[in-house]
Amino acid sequence: MSLLIDLLSAFCLLAGAFFCMVGGIGLVRMPDLFTRMHAASVTETLGAGLILLGLMLQAGLTLVTVKLIMIGLLIFFASPTSSHALARAALLGGVKPKLAEVEEKSSKP
Amino acid sequence: MLALLVTVALALARTVLGPTVFDRVQGANTISTCAMLLIATHGFFAGRPEFLDLALVYGLLNVIGIIAILKFFRQGDLGAEDEAAE
Repeated sequence: MSLLIDLLSAFCLLAGAFFCMVGGIGLVRMPDLFTRMHAASVTETLGAGLILLGLMLQAGLTLVTVKLIMIGLLIFFASPTSSHALARAALLGGVKPKLAEVEEKSSKP
Repeated sequence: MLALLVTVALALARTVLGPTVFDRVQGANTISTCAMLLIATHGFFAGRPEFLDLALVYGLLNVIGIIAILKFFRQGDLGAEDEAAE
């Protein structure tokens, strides 16, 4: 049983690290601010969630798990809030999404 | 942990390269999320779960900081003048 939990937690940690790295690569490679935000949200939801889940499996039923759940809740509420604020600020600040321009050009003729 | 450090490095590249202010803010946001996870993971591997409290406080400060920065860049100030006018 303990081996199973260890394996599961190692899998969760590795998958979380993988998703974090995918988000980081997307952050560099994506062409636009809004697509970049999409890539960063992968890091903030799947990566963070899986890493915290792996740590929770390691911790067992203790106060540590409660703290990890608090961190998870914080990330779950905070990252959409900051993403929304960022997108709103960027739109009001005059950053245009790239695809909208392409669609406008193609719909004109 | 290594993957988290790589993510921090990539986000740092975006923060330095970013064409607009908002790209830099996004990079900073990702860096701080990764730093939170790094603190938690390090505390776990070092066998000292007290680090989780640090991660929690770090996350709260991160959220407040990001929203304050965005308000500042959107409106030109932190809203203190409006409150004073009212």
